[in-house]
Amino acid sequence: MVKFVESELEMLKKEILDMCQLVSNLMELACDAILTLNKEEAQLVIMREKRVNAFELKIDSDVEDIIALYNPVAIDLRFVLAMLKINTNLERIGDFAESMGRFVINYPSDTLNDELIKELRLNEMMTEVQSMLFNVQDALIKEKSDLAISVFQQDNTVDEIDKAVLPIIANHIEKHPEDLRACLPLANVFRKLERSGDHVNNIAEEIIFYLDAKVLKHNKSGKSAPSVE
Amino acid sequence: MDDLMLNSQQHAKLATKAVSLYYGSFQALRNVTIEIPECNITAIIGPSGCGKSSLLRLFNRMNDQIPGVRVEGKVLLDGSSIYEKDTDVVLLRKRVGMVFQKPNPFPMSIYDNITFGPRRHGITHKEELAEIVERTLNQVALWQEVKHKLKQSAFALSGGQQQRLCIARAMAISPSILLMDEPASALDPISTAKVEELIRQLKKDYTVIIVTHNMQQAARVSDKTAYFYLGEMIEYGETKKIFTNPEKESTQKYITGRFG
Repeated sequence: MVKFVESELEMLKKEILDMCQLVSNLMELACDAILTLNKEEAQLVIMREKRVNAFELKIDSDVEDIIALYNPVAIDLRFVLAMLKINTNLERIGDFAESMGRFVINYPSDTLNDELIKELRLNEMMTEVQSMLFNVQDALIKEKSDLAISVFQQDNTVDEIDKAVLPIIANHIEKHPEDLRACLPLANVFRKLERSGDHVNNIAEEIIFYLDAKVLKHNKSGKSAPSVE
Repeated sequence: MDDLMLNSQQHAKLATKAVSLYYGSFQALRNVTIEIPECNITAIIGPSGCGKSSLLRLFNRMNDQIPGVRVEGKVLLDGSSIYEKDTDVVLLRKRVGMVFQKPNPFPMSIYDNITFGPRRHGITHKEELAEIVERTLNQVALWQEVKHKLKQSAFALSGGQQQRLCIARAMAISPSILLMDEPASALDPISTAKVEELIRQLKKDYTVIIVTHNMQQAARVSDKTAYFYLGEMIEYGETKKIFTNPEKESTQKYITGRFG
């Protein structure tokens, strides 16, 4: 392929990696803001999320240009399509981080219930989601499917933690009805983290689509034992 | 909006103002006004017979060779009309080089193909000629392939190599403008890719106008694109804009293949 087309594709990959880093940093900041109920950090998350939105628009436009001008085919087409979808997924994760920031701003108390937080496994869920983001970024940098595949098991863990949230919170509210106003938004945080995990999962699927031309969407069995050709 | 007129930061190397071209009673170009920016690649696209090559040949007065041809309006190179009675056409064609669709090396050695033009323009010093040969063949990425066989016939080269030789030959007389009339249409895909890469490199030093019926090629290599239909310039703008969101319905129909 002509060098100038290759350099356009490399630039797109760099943009996606930069976007990935931006969203990772945002998620890390949002998680920290929640654990420490730091309203300043939360404001920072809300502000920085606007950068994610702007970046999404730029990447969308760049993808449009590449498709229009260079007619990519085969692996290059898969690459461009994958980057387009990864872009959308990253932007959604940015939205969730922003929502988590708003949770901190609006939280009706100065402290979290440490015991409840521990029971809910909030730290573990946050760590898992951040690790998933790191892994997909790494998978894209190194162009290795197995790094992307590792994210699927992590998402299972995130889902497992999320499933237990509502029963635990319901049980807590029954015993401590005065905590109702604090607990309900907390449930929403877990929802956002679980959705973030889903979107990172999607990113992993797109990376595998790009590298291996395998479509793993809606294919649970494919994820548990994918074969790399 | 078509950017017929360049912004203040771009210098128009070539321009036409209300140009119409006739071959006898047949009007091939209709009231064309266009500014070609310096050190850019401008693609001219459109269906067969739309006037693409006629426009190209305006810029080095190759149309003069055709009996019954008539040009109205102005054609400007660096702001000066090239259709004046006292225009030195030989000098014009030194400043404005041309590469044709079918590679057409002269029936002589690779070396002599390159040095033919400079010799005609008075360069006789052997070392100077050798420098021109090495420089231009390097510029077209042919030097390493042919440096050990410069005395061989140019016909011994492959089609893609011959075309790059023809580009080098055009560059040997140090033009500032290169006109390319479907320069890759007779080449295989690999040679085409090499020629396209070369064209992109050339814009650092040359103003390039390329006529092509290959829209994807126009999209890949050019900075600006002009779409012609039945002798009229329908739309002219940044290539990105033309191929993502053209202003005119006719342009959109053509580039999406819904034409006709």
